Amino acid sequence: MSWGLLLTIIVFIGVVGYVLGNARAKNQIATATEKPHSRAHYHGWWVFLLAVLPALFFMAAWSAGSYAYVDRAVSEQLPAQTEDSAIASRSLALGMVHNLAEGLRRIEGDPAFAQVPQSFEELRPILAERGVALASDTQDYMIPIALDLNAMQDNAAMIGTVLAILIALGGAYLGLRSVRPRSRARNNVERVITWGLLAASTIAILTTVGIVFSMLFETIHFFRSVSLSNFFLGTVWDPRFAAAGAEAQEGQFGLIPLLAGTVYIAFVAMLFAVPVGLMAAIYMAEYASKRVRSVVKPLLEVLAGIPTIVYGFFAMVTVGPFLRDISAAIAGGPGFIQAQSVLTAGLVMGIMLIPFVSSLSDDIITAVPRAMRDGSLGLGATRSETIKRVILPAALPGIVGALLLTASRAIGETMIVVLAAGVAANLTLNPFEAMTTITVKIVNQLTGDLEFTSPQTLVAFALGMTLFVLTLGMNVFALYIVRKYREQYE
Amino acid sequence: MSDAVYKGGNAPRAAAARRDIGIKKRYAAEQRFRMYGVAAIAVGLFFLAALLWSVVSNGYTAFWQTSINLDVTFAESVIDPNGERATDPNKLLTANYPKLATEALVAKLGVDPENRKLVREVGGLISNGVRTQLRDMVVSDPAIIGTTRNVWVLASGDVDSAVKGQVNLEVDESRRKVSDQQLTWIRTMEADGVLEQRFNTGLFTRGASSRPETAGMGVAIVGSLYMMMIVLLLALPIGVAASIYLEEFAPQNKLTDLIEVNINNLAAVPSIVFGLLGLAVFINFMHLPRSASLVGGLVLTLMTLPTIIIATRAALRAVPPSIRAAALGLGASRTQTVFHHVLPLAAPGILTGTIIGLAQALGETAPLLLIGMVAFVADYPTTPLDPATALPVQIYMWANEAERAFVERTSGAIMVLLLFLAVMNITAIILRRRVERRW
Repeated sequence: MSWGLLLTIIVFIGVVGYVLGNARAKNQIATATEKPHSRAHYHGWWVFLLAVLPALFFMAAWSAGSYAYVDRAVSEQLPAQTEDSAIASRSLALGMVHNLAEGLRRIEGDPAFAQVPQSFEELRPILAERGVALASDTQDYMIPIALDLNAMQDNAAMIGTVLAILIALGGAYLGLRSVRPRSRARNNVERVITWGLLAASTIAILTTVGIVFSMLFETIHFFRSVSLSNFFLGTVWDPRFAAAGAEAQEGQFGLIPLLAGTVYIAFVAMLFAVPVGLMAAIYMAEYASKRVRSVVKPLLEVLAGIPTIVYGFFAMVTVGPFLRDISAAIAGGPGFIQAQSVLTAGLVMGIMLIPFVSSLSDDIITAVPRAMRDGSLGLGATRSETIKRVILPAALPGIVGALLLTASRAIGETMIVVLAAGVAANLTLNPFEAMTTITVKIVNQLTGDLEFTSPQTLVAFALGMTLFVLTLGMNVFALYIVRKYREQYE
Repeated sequence: MSDAVYKGGNAPRAAAARRDIGIKKRYAAEQRFRMYGVAAIAVGLFFLAALLWSVVSNGYTAFWQTSINLDVTFAESVIDPNGERATDPNKLLTANYPKLATEALVAKLGVDPENRKLVREVGGLISNGVRTQLRDMVVSDPAIIGTTRNVWVLASGDVDSAVKGQVNLEVDESRRKVSDQQLTWIRTMEADGVLEQRFNTGLFTRGASSRPETAGMGVAIVGSLYMMMIVLLLALPIGVAASIYLEEFAPQNKLTDLIEVNINNLAAVPSIVFGLLGLAVFINFMHLPRSASLVGGLVLTLMTLPTIIIATRAALRAVPPSIRAAALGLGASRTQTVFHHVLPLAAPGILTGTIIGLAQALGETAPLLLIGMVAFVADYPTTPLDPATALPVQIYMWANEAERAFVERTSGAIMVLLLFLAVMNITAIILRRRVERRW
């Protein structure tokens, strides 16, 4: 029986429980001599929760437990044979059995295959026709094991289903019996709701933990085969994708060219975005009339709403060729700016960052108290002097925080650099040449067919970890500065 | 007594030259500073205009596609020369349909059918997509075999580019993909109304294809829709529940602080990191299928959750405490207060935040690349577990294609994406203006 059907049955039991509980409570309340505690539908909900929640928890625990149990039982059947065979590890063999079992499910119940073919050669084309590709070194002896696996899974699923339904019925029964006028159904229901709300808000923690652990494990894996100094101190990026099955060579995984490219492009972007964004924010906060502001501000914010892939395409199709042609016209020969270059990527990323800089700084500038402005103007300073000598110094910590946030966004930006910065891991100071970034290499290493054990793919997680730590550090520092600044005026 | 002596006669003080306080210079500086501000805004707006103009000027032609009107004779001698279709249904699937179209066009242009070279050039005018088009016609109604039908077929991508004027005709014939002979045919057919640009419905309905003229973003739109549904179904309830807890129930303790710090940090984590999370957790650990919109939806949910939580908390905070006090005073429990009174009043703000979060998720590309959405998917996914692709990923894939015709398609797809985003954001703005209450 499928999970969906089981879920429907359990929810159905819960709904029936709600209706019965509600009716029973109404009956009791109508005839009760004492003052009832909760309204009837709270009793109904309590029955519903008692029926559904334990059954759901049981289902989750059972499916995880039975999966682990079946896996263990299957891998116990494997050992003697895998020792001397060509299959490297037991987990690989286990994966093949799983794949085979999944394929065998597709021909289950097909009268043509009442007797499952016992040889891999026979089975492979049959399964391929049904969309399951088998690994080429799958062994014949795995077929009975796979059949066994399916049988065990079926058994476990059946027992689990029966137990889950029994638990749901038991819960509903208990709930119905507990319906009394004085029983505190509302408090019970509300407690469950509060726990549910708490559970929802812990998802943020779980996500962070998930990010850190998933990357940490793979990074540790990576550093088992590649030395720390190769990664952190290496100046050459040459991961050497080995052909599948071939002896994987140790490539060179130097982080430095990638980090340099990332920082350089982000720097060019900030060099462009900060003056433009800051001046735009100052003008809108201090000079612009209400009407101009109400038109210009949303228009600039449109820039923030445009997906980065669109910026990437703009850089690739318009800005890159434009810069190349201009440099060709100036040099009179082949241009000195390449179509994919630090300048192209930085410029377009800068455009993307303008609205971030301007709206963050706008908020900070308007937060500077009116009295400081009035004091300065009253002493005879012009508006620009007030801005330069009074408002900006007062807003400086906040603006620095905002710039740090923007810079961390520039470092983590992916699509623009994927399309506009190039893939060659150069180490250069010339902004007219292509450089590559951490994010580009993460994408490069992880698109296409991959094998999760080779350092060539695992390096992406080490890069991701570096990126995460880098941006996290900048964000924490930025928040710290912003928070410190806020205290000055409150 | 003072030693001061009045020496100046009655020269008035006003006659003395005013002390020079550099007022002119200061005013000039003021003017300059103001100009910098105007210039900055102008630069920002200029780039916005340049971006939009670049996309539209490259892309508006994608909505029209050159087609050729043919009287195709479904000759039995070509489709099924040995009369086997009753016994072997595969015959109808594998027949040489392009030959039918080529023959029809050869007849229309009056080319000698024996001249192999010319016939090949005529065949080059027609898209290879004609194979599936004619096949589907025959398979759905085998009775048309032996009859002649008037059909609009797609011209090949190179012809389409030539008709739209995107091919440089100055270049020597050997170095361009459309020959002079083909150009003459195109001109005559255009004059006869046989060849014309028609609205490109295929762009919205077809799936991936390696030929620009038959490539469409239908599959990508469906994939994106699935993902948006998953994000809405998961992120909205979870986000609202988390915000309610943090705003209304959470005690001041370490756990609450930890949750708050985490939400703020997640909002600033680069999106590609979420892709790595999805790859490691959903695909490697939980064995969900690669390229499935379910995985994409889950990753985007985690990514938009902080946005929705932050917006919802702001909306909840905007509800004045007097509402809560009144409800509590009348004997409602805290849960009842929140769910019966605070939440309905905050609903417009929550909805606005959700729409903005969804728009963000719709345009996100990087995490989807890592979980295998870069896939050549020609068939519509029927469930969220089937391989699918997403609109921005489709744009990325087309952007990597070399042919000129794909630049046009990419820009067209971007226009569609931007249109979706604009509609969502404008809805959010209108909602905010119309429904949101000022306390």
